[in-house]
Amino acid sequence: MLLIHCPYCDETLPELEFTYAGEAHIARPENPSEMSDEDWQEFLFMRSNVKGPYHERWRHFHGCGRYFNAVRDTVSDKFLTTYKAGAPRPDLASLTEGLK
Amino acid sequence: MTRFNAFSLLKNALSGHKNWTEQWPDSQPKDEYDVVIVGAGGHGLGAAYYLATQHGITNIAVIDKGWLGGGNTGRNTTIIRSNYLYDESARLFDHSVDLWQNLSQELNYNVMYSNRGVLMLAHNVHDVQSFKRHVHANRLNGVDNRWLTPEECKEYCPPINISKNARYPVMGGALQERAGTARHDAVAWGYARGAAMRGVDIIQNCAVTAIRRNPDGSVAGVDTAKGFIKAKKVAVSASGHNTQVMATADVRLPLESMPLQALVSEPVKPVFPCVVMSNAVHAYCSQSDKGELVIGSGTDQYVSYSQRGGLPLIEHTVAAISEVFPIFNRMRMLRKWAGITDNTPDRSPIIGKTPVKNLYVNCGWGTGGFKATPGSAHVFAWTIAKDEPHPINAPFTLDRFRTGRLIDEAAAAAVAH
Repeated sequence: MLLIHCPYCDETLPELEFTYAGEAHIARPENPSEMSDEDWQEFLFMRSNVKGPYHERWRHFHGCGRYFNAVRDTVSDKFLTTYKAGAPRPDLASLTEGLK
Repeated sequence: MTRFNAFSLLKNALSGHKNWTEQWPDSQPKDEYDVVIVGAGGHGLGAAYYLATQHGITNIAVIDKGWLGGGNTGRNTTIIRSNYLYDESARLFDHSVDLWQNLSQELNYNVMYSNRGVLMLAHNVHDVQSFKRHVHANRLNGVDNRWLTPEECKEYCPPINISKNARYPVMGGALQERAGTARHDAVAWGYARGAAMRGVDIIQNCAVTAIRRNPDGSVAGVDTAKGFIKAKKVAVSASGHNTQVMATADVRLPLESMPLQALVSEPVKPVFPCVVMSNAVHAYCSQSDKGELVIGSGTDQYVSYSQRGGLPLIEHTVAAISEVFPIFNRMRMLRKWAGITDNTPDRSPIIGKTPVKNLYVNCGWGTGGFKATPGSAHVFAWTIAKDEPHPINAPFTLDRFRTGRLIDEAAAAAVAH
């Protein structure tokens, strides 16, 4: 069972309260009508699927209901940090320092 | 290598089974190959086998970072079926079921294919409508599938609870009688032995670290833990790690890798005659020839390479099994594990050429790759040999995510799709 920290509720809770929402920091296109097929493919389907620290979105579904971002190591499943939606990507180097 | 037959069995029995020769050598890499296949699972070994037997290409290496068949080939629930909705999928998966029929004879290796039938239970009106649509679509495609009433379901598989008082009562089921199970390890071993007999090198415990390319962009070979291996063609079927392998050749794939879990019970006497799936309750189950119930769970919702998976899914799965088959509710579970599946957005595989010349990929099988092993390997070998897709895998391109011609089985198939 993963324990996930919701940055809005400021509580660490079991994964059953949360739903996964895929890779984080994928911005919606600003001018959809000007997008090529390649751009749509990239936006809709291509994912970096990182093995290691991965930026991803979660939703505190059975709680505050809000989306937030997390960095999780996809090999150990350990959460390195969670942060509010809209916040910049945290510095990976400082997060992974403790892992080595 | 000894051919298996009654005579060789008898001869070796008389000498106390001490003189069997090895089934395949543990090869060391040569400097150069015509084809290098990354990933020694069923799909990769099968592709090598069909390249050797049907296309006359034997200078092949199959390279794996672990031991052969140790990935998803050895981690699935061994179910084989082809009752897919769309024409493209029906052709691909039924091609595979066709090849399963005589696979043991062809490989001279008992893969224990058993067409014991796959029964998919309907628990609500939507299930009934959707499964009947599947039955009709399948029959139009020449795929066997028929509708059973709850009583007929009970007759076909006695442990099912068809009580009207069940929380999710059984309202009928779709039965594919040609479907069934096979022994997954034997599939990898059979293909490995068949390929090795024809000169294919199987190189285990040797991770491919990068795909190297020529200045003109085409494939030059692979960098491995045992050094550079030159190759005219490189074919990748590395399941959960396809993203990482293909990224070294600058090919991005629309994949997400997620753990899919399964578990087995303690072994008991034969009690469960077929494979049963229940989408709505989310349980699927069969009994192995050793007597264990083989139970499939679901994928975790998050990307992970842990090969463990989360416990909440196991709890959910066991609850579902107890709901549909109350006689199993005091059965003890022996062990559980996970395999890392690579999932495409439309939950259909990608088999074919890539933007890189002489680089081929067979990926995105998600939660349902085992059943397709022979068919996938067969059309993948064709694609590698002829540098063009077989008509069966022609729709399963990487390019479909750009053109939008998706094969959207996602909401339409079995329990884990």
